[in-house]
Amino acid sequence: MPEVTIHVNGQSHTAEIEARTLLSTFLREDLRLTGTHIGCDTSQCGACAVHVDGVLVKSCAVLAMDVDGAAVTTIEGIAAPDGTLSPVQQAFKDHHGLQCGFCTPGMIMAATALLAETAKPSEAQVRHYLEGNLCRCTGYHNIVKAILAASGQAV
Amino acid sequence: MYAFDFVKPTDLKSALAALEDPEALPLSGGQTLIPTLKQRLASPSCLVSLTAIPELQGVCQSAEGLSIGAATTHAELSRAAAAAYPALARLAGQIGDPAVRHRGTIGGSLANNDPSACYPSAALASGAVMVTPRREIAAEDYFQGMFTTALEEGEILTMLRFPIPTRAAYVKFAQPASRFALVGVFVADFEGDVRVAVTGAGAEGVFRWAEAEAALAEGFDPQALTPLAPPEQEMIADLHASADYRAHLVGVMTRRAVLAAITG
Repeated sequence: MPEVTIHVNGQSHTAEIEARTLLSTFLREDLRLTGTHIGCDTSQCGACAVHVDGVLVKSCAVLAMDVDGAAVTTIEGIAAPDGTLSPVQQAFKDHHGLQCGFCTPGMIMAATALLAETAKPSEAQVRHYLEGNLCRCTGYHNIVKAILAASGQAV
Repeated sequence: MYAFDFVKPTDLKSALAALEDPEALPLSGGQTLIPTLKQRLASPSCLVSLTAIPELQGVCQSAEGLSIGAATTHAELSRAAAAAYPALARLAGQIGDPAVRHRGTIGGSLANNDPSACYPSAALASGAVMVTPRREIAAEDYFQGMFTTALEEGEILTMLRFPIPTRAAYVKFAQPASRFALVGVFVADFEGDVRVAVTGAGAEGVFRWAEAEAALAEGFDPQALTPLAPPEQEMIADLHASADYRAHLVGVMTRRAVLAAITG
């Protein structure tokens, strides 16, 4: 089997994998990083969102082989090593930006990517950016509020 | 997914050599192909990734317009074309969602020719030229019906050349679940020579709406189109929208696109 090396959350992982292995499968089954969720497996829901070399992607629609050598950040790499939540995570907690929590890893990854691109997004920009992340609980209101709060804007 | 081999060449020559295998498939951003593989609708012997080939990347402007490397992502194009061809940049920035735009490529979209994809309308309305290692293909000859193009076995797109109109706009009515265009219309005005291309609606895939083009050449004004709609019997009818609804939407989206092109 071919070998792949992917740097995940600052740590380098080399593994022999089948070429058809999805990045989401590699993260969850080879590395046991199960914070990356599989909601739909049809690239609609965004629960599997991670960052590859700093940009947001859906890990269920990317082959692990295709990101050989890349730096991947998953939800497990978002908080500080001592467990201190990132500003986005803290805002989701403070503003009740989740109910069941299933979509939350993808939401946090999308929101973090958005704020890296646009430091102070408008509400419309937040909603546009979240088009690829589905939440079936909250109606998005508190998610949007949390992201605006994380950007330092009054909500 | 069925099992396959995977190669990621770093130059075009190696990629073309790998694609000589008739069972191999080119993989660009994979935002359509990977879901297709998951559903076992394709079983290639080998995927040849095209995303590490410098010749296929990037956007540059010349007197003839924009030259766009076929493996340029939607996200990259929406940034790189923003000043030179804002209508095309806006179209790119509204495809799918941000994660899809970071992977999906213009060449992948045009090679797939999904009847609801956005780019085919831009290519046809702009009079773009598709460049392959074998030849150059005019948009007019390139699109040959749903999921069908002039590309031959083993032939890939390497570059797209887009002439830049004096004014243009793309307006789509997004299918709310897939965010593909239920109907999308690209209007391009080349100093009075107006081209209108419609995606999402035609039973034969993307098409130019000649009647609207003639009306707009008389006067570039949404009012010029008021009674017009394309023939219902040439429209797609499916569970998302009936043929008469699509025909109606083509008229509405075209008027909105003309207005957007005027107001900029």
